[in-house]
Amino acid sequence: MKSIPLKSKHEALGASFTDFGGWEMPVRYTSDLAEHHAVRSAAGLFDISHMAEIFVEGKQAATYLDYSLVGAASEIEIGRAKYSLICNEAGGIIDDLIVYRLGQNAYLVVANASNRDAVVAAMQGRAAGFDAEVKDESDAWVLLAIQGPNSVSILSTLTSDALDDLKYYAISESEIAGVKCLLARTGYTGEDGFEIYIPVESAEQVFDEIISAGSEQGMLPTGLACRDTLRLEAGMPLYGHEMNLEVNPYQAGFGKVVRLDKPGVFVGKAALTKLSQTPPTKILVGIAGEGKRAARADYEVFVEGSNSPMGVVTSGALSPTLGFPVAMAYVGADFAQIDTPISVDIRGATTPFTVVKLPFYKRAKN
Amino acid sequence: MINREGLKYTKEHEWLSIEGDVATVGITEYAAEKLGDIVFVDLPKVGSSTTYMKICGEIESTKSVGELYAPVDGEIVEINDVVSGNPELVNHDPFGAGWLIKIRFKELPALLTHEEYAALTGEG
Repeated sequence: MKSIPLKSKHEALGASFTDFGGWEMPVRYTSDLAEHHAVRSAAGLFDISHMAEIFVEGKQAATYLDYSLVGAASEIEIGRAKYSLICNEAGGIIDDLIVYRLGQNAYLVVANASNRDAVVAAMQGRAAGFDAEVKDESDAWVLLAIQGPNSVSILSTLTSDALDDLKYYAISESEIAGVKCLLARTGYTGEDGFEIYIPVESAEQVFDEIISAGSEQGMLPTGLACRDTLRLEAGMPLYGHEMNLEVNPYQAGFGKVVRLDKPGVFVGKAALTKLSQTPPTKILVGIAGEGKRAARADYEVFVEGSNSPMGVVTSGALSPTLGFPVAMAYVGADFAQIDTPISVDIRGATTPFTVVKLPFYKRAKN
Repeated sequence: MINREGLKYTKEHEWLSIEGDVATVGITEYAAEKLGDIVFVDLPKVGSSTTYMKICGEIESTKSVGELYAPVDGEIVEINDVVSGNPELVNHDPFGAGWLIKIRFKELPALLTHEEYAALTGEG
């Protein structure tokens, strides 16, 4: 297992660790629930240095990314970001990504840890013939995410930059705690917050100062356990659960991310064009239940009057914020309508659920 | 305060406090910590019978489901209703207020001593 650079910092804060995508990651410090609620009500600090930072630079960086990914990277304004996917020729999802445009000819593509090698290999392979260099710099960066309503006021004690000017899905060079970083207003929790890309050699100092500033405003160090329940409530997919190579973007509800209308060809275009014209047989939906028993990944989904499953749960938990069980599931297209009653086999017990709109939780905008 | 050294244990991370022919059963602190925050406890009905090492209940955390294995053959004589409404008690006080069930038994199977259990979990 690989260790993240700040592992000893997390140990000192009392973290327990888990294997995630080949990395030894903090799973919780004290209590998943307390950490979950801290992010919803104050703030949490995640170390997500396992994520892969892939830089793309060159005169044809934009054209190259338009070819390599399903989105239109060339249309992203400098300093802005877009959610995207990298697909194979069959239209299967290799990974979901955030694409930041750092300059006219410079991008940062952030991939999931577990897919780092596959994404880097695919992206480098696709770069042949383009004036664009694809560099995996993951080991050079620590990535911290501060998430929650107090994120702005906590970070503002550590920078003179006008944080309010940084829009959602924007990125900018910044100085946090005296260290030059890339600061992005992105996240994976459904809350306002920032992701901070910090050069490894200066990361300890930034981490310590955020922990110290945050402790005065209710911030907790937060682990992957609550990150999972937070992203689930926010209806955000997790690769390996809601997405994999066998799933295409239309099933996963990300048809809009695929820009069939962009000029030129891109990897997967032929297959995706076909898929876009064929209604998917299985669709990703949100489901909610009553009581306390969670529908969990791999549990089968049924409709009344049939003994054969028509779907499967991909992620699920008792929602800490809402107090009832929520899950995401692939269901037969006929049963994907909001309010459709379905049932989930929870370890032998047929348990009623209802198809509901995603996300389950949406923060109040101020 | 319960004396952990006087308790019996199972490989499935349950503890038993024996008084006469009744065993009070809970899960160990080690198990509770491994599960994370416990959010739901499903206990057997009073009067139901238990079979050694058969599942008789469930303990769910946000992340996972833990099974409660009956540590003895017998009959459920009492369950901890307080824990059903306040499952976090299992985390906060696994050897005390977080107890789960009481079983009346005829004979005890081979159980682990505190020392043997500590060796199993690698904790002293």
